[in-house]
Amino acid sequence: MTKDVHIKDGTPELGTSKKSTLGDALHSHGVSRRSFMKYCATMASMMALPPSMIPSIAMALENAKRPSVIWLSFQECTGCTESLTRAHTSTVESLIFDSISLDYHHTLQAASGHAAEEAREAAMEENFGNYLLVVDGSIPLGDPGFSTIAGISNLDMLTESAKGAAAIIAVGTCATYGGIPHADPNPTGAVSVNDIIKDKPIINVPGCPPIPVVITGVLAHYLTFGSLPELDHIGRPKVFYGQSIHDRCYRRPFYDKGLFAETFDDEGARKGWCLYKLGCKGPTTYNACATTKWNNGTSFPIESGHPCIGCSEPDFWDGGGFYKALSLPTEDLSRTAVYTAAGAAAAGVAISALNRSKKRASDKIHIKTTIEDLRK
Amino acid sequence: MSQVGISQFNIQIGDALTRNVEPILHEVRHALEKLLSNAESSIIDLRSIPLAPGEEEYIIETLGQGEVNARLDALGPSEIYETKYAGVWLVTHFNENDSIVSRFIEVTLLPDVLKSQREDIVHALSELETELDNFAEIDT
Repeated sequence: MTKDVHIKDGTPELGTSKKSTLGDALHSHGVSRRSFMKYCATMASMMALPPSMIPSIAMALENAKRPSVIWLSFQECTGCTESLTRAHTSTVESLIFDSISLDYHHTLQAASGHAAEEAREAAMEENFGNYLLVVDGSIPLGDPGFSTIAGISNLDMLTESAKGAAAIIAVGTCATYGGIPHADPNPTGAVSVNDIIKDKPIINVPGCPPIPVVITGVLAHYLTFGSLPELDHIGRPKVFYGQSIHDRCYRRPFYDKGLFAETFDDEGARKGWCLYKLGCKGPTTYNACATTKWNNGTSFPIESGHPCIGCSEPDFWDGGGFYKALSLPTEDLSRTAVYTAAGAAAAGVAISALNRSKKRASDKIHIKTTIEDLRK
Repeated sequence: MSQVGISQFNIQIGDALTRNVEPILHEVRHALEKLLSNAESSIIDLRSIPLAPGEEEYIIETLGQGEVNARLDALGPSEIYETKYAGVWLVTHFNENDSIVSRFIEVTLLPDVLKSQREDIVHALSELETELDNFAEIDT
């Protein structure tokens, strides 16, 4: 990664690599045309494009210029960067990064302090109007001091860096919708990129974290077509977020047949039935997990027996409980209770009755694991 | 259904969980008809279709293995073989960690990636000429 941050003696050295095309860069790395075709086939699969487009992708990518990319990290856990850099498809990811010039990323770059900020400023000046700005993390508006980089508040750094950006890619649910810092009671006044920047094209790549190939797929789409992909009503690329987890879930036939796991260790759970009643948010969550999967295509949460928590949706953290079925009231009844004493009493009775009923039902269908089971 | 794939995940309700196995095999049949009638090639991306654990293996087992088997070494290995149905190829690309990065069923006379590529031939010609020039220099 650091090979793409062109820093020499603390001074950014920009320009030379970005003027070459991706084709030139690949030839100079000794990548054969056959290897490149393999790369393009994988890219088409990643970008959910029809395989018939592979030749067009190859031609476009070969002639693509290497764009300057500035990556800003604000109130975040670095999980999004981890997701990307820990991806096991190292070859494809490294090729994607060979095809951009990552001029600033404070976690990955070798430079630090003022030298790092100078690299950002130099990249912005040299590529004004043309660079891609990638942002992960939310921006605190409560007090600028909650999160600063080199003494610059997140708000100032974002607004300054956005001025010359061709487009902004908000990576992760924090940057796209505020994420966990935005969760009730939002102590830092966290907001998303979209809440602050109004005059630039913004593409939202939510997820906690997003699937690595979705991040690189968006970059690849930009490189291939020189434009941003088609977005849905909350700014997500339709190629990855166009369908719900539920619609693409291999357990969907169980849902259709009314076969549900009621607890994590009942007969339904053992047989791999639908996790809807255990709180699965698949029906209201739009992401590519069910087909792209995680850990190098190994599985995704539902395949591992856990309901989808809906991490690519706005305010997923405040959705009323990860294990509460969607059909149950999502409104926080205990909060309603604060407003009306009568309501509080009614809600309390209702919840405790519901809980008792659920407990009885769970006890009834609970199957204890025996030594014999373990021997199977 | 592959018992290995299914029992591993303890999924037992009937076969064809996603109901996508048979349609994919029909898609292959339609693609073969197109190849015969119009010499038109088709590619099916197996990673873009929801499949339950074991279903991809079931498709691969059904297609079987035919006479030709090739291995590429380009940005990690790739396995390419003709299935027992002539004209139907299974192309699996791996990365350098030997993990699958993409998998396609290609219905074609020969997958493009197996053919020598013009750009590589241009480069090869130039390299061979340089090599021969070196010979000439040694001779003189």
